[in-house]
Amino acid sequence: MESLKNIESLAYFSPEILLVVFAAVVIITDLIIKNRESEIVAYISLVGLGCSLVAILITNSFISNNEPISLFFGMIRLDGFAVFFKILLLLATAATILFSLRSEELDIKLKGEYYALLLAVTFGMFLMASSTNLLMIFIALETVSLTSYILAGFLTHSPRSSEAAFKYITYGAVASGTMLFGLSMLFGMAGTGDLMQISAQIAAVLASGGVSTLSVLIAITFILAGIGYKIASVPFHMWSPDVYEGAPIPITAFLSVASKAAGFALFLRFFHVGFGKPEILQSIDWVFILAIVSALTMTVGNLAALPQRNVKRLLAYSSIAHGGYLLMGAVLLTPEGLGAIFFYLIVYLFMNLGAFYVVVLIANEAGTEMIDGYRGLASRAPLVAGAMAIFLFSLTGIPPLAGFFGKWFLFYAVIGEGLYWLALIGLLNSVVSLYYYARIVKAMYFETAEDTNGLSFSKGTFALLSVFAVPTIFIGLLNFFYTISDKITLQ
Amino acid sequence: MLLSLMIFVPLLGMIVVLLLPRESDELIKRVTLGFTLIPLIIAAYLFINYERSIFGIQYPHGPVDWITAFNIKYYIGIDGLSVTLILLTALLGPICVLASWRNIEKGLKAYMALFLLLETGMLGFFASLDLFLFFVFFELTLLPMYFLIGVWGGPRREYAAIKFFLYTLFGSVLMLVAMIAVYLNSNVINGVAEGVRTFDILTLISLAATPGHALADPGFQMWVFLGFFIGFAVKVPIFPFHTWLPDAHVEAPTAISVILAGVLLKMGTYGIVRVNMAMFPEGLAIFTNGVGIVGNSLALLGFINIVYGSLCALAQTDFKKLVAYSSIGHMGFVILGLAAGNSEGINGAILQMFNHGVISAMLFLLVGVLYDRAHHREINGFGGIATKMPVYTGITTLAFMASLGLPGLSGFVGEALSLLGAFQEFELITILSTIGIVVGAAYFLWTLQRVFLGQLNPKYEDLPEINKREILTLVPLGILTIVLGIWPNFALDMFSESVTNLVNVLEAI
Repeated sequence: MESLKNIESLAYFSPEILLVVFAAVVIITDLIIKNRESEIVAYISLVGLGCSLVAILITNSFISNNEPISLFFGMIRLDGFAVFFKILLLLATAATILFSLRSEELDIKLKGEYYALLLAVTFGMFLMASSTNLLMIFIALETVSLTSYILAGFLTHSPRSSEAAFKYITYGAVASGTMLFGLSMLFGMAGTGDLMQISAQIAAVLASGGVSTLSVLIAITFILAGIGYKIASVPFHMWSPDVYEGAPIPITAFLSVASKAAGFALFLRFFHVGFGKPEILQSIDWVFILAIVSALTMTVGNLAALPQRNVKRLLAYSSIAHGGYLLMGAVLLTPEGLGAIFFYLIVYLFMNLGAFYVVVLIANEAGTEMIDGYRGLASRAPLVAGAMAIFLFSLTGIPPLAGFFGKWFLFYAVIGEGLYWLALIGLLNSVVSLYYYARIVKAMYFETAEDTNGLSFSKGTFALLSVFAVPTIFIGLLNFFYTISDKITLQ
Repeated sequence: MLLSLMIFVPLLGMIVVLLLPRESDELIKRVTLGFTLIPLIIAAYLFINYERSIFGIQYPHGPVDWITAFNIKYYIGIDGLSVTLILLTALLGPICVLASWRNIEKGLKAYMALFLLLETGMLGFFASLDLFLFFVFFELTLLPMYFLIGVWGGPRREYAAIKFFLYTLFGSVLMLVAMIAVYLNSNVINGVAEGVRTFDILTLISLAATPGHALADPGFQMWVFLGFFIGFAVKVPIFPFHTWLPDAHVEAPTAISVILAGVLLKMGTYGIVRVNMAMFPEGLAIFTNGVGIVGNSLALLGFINIVYGSLCALAQTDFKKLVAYSSIGHMGFVILGLAAGNSEGINGAILQMFNHGVISAMLFLLVGVLYDRAHHREINGFGGIATKMPVYTGITTLAFMASLGLPGLSGFVGEALSLLGAFQEFELITILSTIGIVVGAAYFLWTLQRVFLGQLNPKYEDLPEINKREILTLVPLGILTIVLGIWPNFALDMFSESVTNLVNVLEAI
């Protein structure tokens, strides 16, 4: 397969270019307009996302017969896999912008920067989903990390937010450094940064005795540390509860869905393309090692979520646990595992963002993120409470909600590989998770609030809520969503 | 189509109820009643028109492709066993709506909507012929039940609701693993995977009987048998998974207790017959072959349920808790009969499932009637009620007698057949199990004495008699207990062909 040269590549790169252009437009508009209350920059960002989506769909039509297109001398790649993740990330960003519009905690003085950064981080995530070169992978990761640090600390008046940003930077810097070290080791051994050739090169030098298996193991472990940090897998998850709790709620929602999805995109491409070959896997049982990481991640996430009283923090731990579920599919290196991840990510996008949207609404109306603030919500705002119950039970994995079908797909893939123990741990984790999700439901439905006045929300709120709730009910029941993964190949 | 209509009419009803204005309580109740009467009419039609002499699935709908990636199909149909339980479910639907007519004080609309969703789940479960669909319907009952107990229950409702949910979910995850294992092995013959995998229950049953097929392997059958069994055992509930039941029953509102005892427990035993026994006879044989502890384990579990449940019931002073523990005891007879694996045992067990559904529903309704008047259920707090509520006392006596197994009433036939079957296989265990019947007579008669006879407690001088609506909920059930007591073939004829077939499969092992 021929790689396209720089200029030729630009047309295929239009979704990314559009994001950058609109980020610039947002900044310039923000400089021009006088009215600080104006929401125009948010709407410009949304238009930018819309244009980028159209561009994605057009570039997708260039891909014929699932044949990937290699751009910029093999630095990045346009294939069904990248397109899938780009659409997913775009939807998550759009939702984040809509949440931000409704969130009352954000500083109105810095709107231009905020939305420009959101577009920039999306741009970085697009690159994470499509990079096929070690150098490009690192640049993509750093673009995302640096912008995320700022976004996490965006509540300038809140010490918690600043603390979150600081923790995020400290952990992030260590993880990036470790990863860069791993990448350079790998580059040194393979003599190439191209993910497509790396495994053959490594296999060759291993066979010739040029390097030892141990050094390959160390390099890959270091790289995994960087990726593990992004998807908040054990033992690199420590930052996430504090960051998720301190960051503005829309950003927390964004990090827990988009950042995780991008991390998984990178993980999958790196592992499946770069190291899915049996010759590398021969000496080291990666499946087993990563299966243990996955089991630990979901167990730690779920157990730590049990005592939480702050819903935002609870959802942070829950999202660590979901990272663990997703990791089950990722470690298998099978088409079923990949399909399960794609399906689960779609479901997770809707149910998790939906849950965070309710957190935004309650923070606005009741001024709290604690579970106590959800007391009696069923009588104060029945539709919001109903939607939240749907999201939470879907996160638990109760049929007929989409979360169940997502988990079913994952466990099916895991058991298909004979990893019964992992499936059992995952399933028992789901039972544990019911307890803490149900605590919120209990507060909403079984308890009564001191303040029994009804809460009123705008029509737009309910519309946005149903955008998340309706798919959470129906995705699992419709055959269409199961066929999506057939169209995505990872070569 | 008729069957699908029956299953999804309550779901449609749920949507209609949700669209009604919140204040119009009377309208909501009537609409809900209407939407539960339609399944009853269809179920009665199916029951009457079911061709009794033919073994096999009747009134099928499907298989229609649903999730093609996993060859999951929408496939429903009925045989004699399922149509009997569908009739029970559909009958209890309107009865429960009537029983909720006056005593649901808040959120009536949500209550009725959830109840209708629950009914769809139950009806769908009994009709499913695709294992995946079967599981989804099984789990569909969880959410409404959780809310119905948790929102409208008694003082400890929150605890009872989450306990019910956690226990059942724990059981069903094991079932899920077993289900996936069955699916993955459904196309493996002699170690070679060929063709498509399937969830079709009927196909799976025949595959599991094919020599050389992965599903027919006794070791494999044992593990998946255990996975499914624990899932269903939590639901039945079988000792030691029973502790959620007394809590759930005591806290649940009357109508929900009725559904819980009348239908939800039967989902467990129905699952054991449909999946564990029909699909994994080799696995079943390991636990029922009469050799050692393991070979007697299923019968022993039945025995423990009978004796332990009855003894616990004897110790209760809360009327509802007493009935709840008596349920555990009576479900023990079902397990014992099924463990026997012969024609009498299985016929008796299935009949007992239906009878227990009817009788325990009556008992819970009766407890509810008393509770609505006195606002407590302390058995020792009453006395001499018979003078004030003669009709109520009469109906209660009928239900008690039916439940304790008085010949001539339905409870006797099911238990007698179960014991008759079990005696042929497990003599000692069966003899010991009859202790449960004696204890059962003791606690019911003792309760009768404490609540209805003796000096009238002066507090209850003006206790109003049972009203027409309440009588209306009890009469159909009372008639059934008498009819089935005298003419058990009314129900036995329905499933005897299916049972004969199942027994042939079991005896071939």
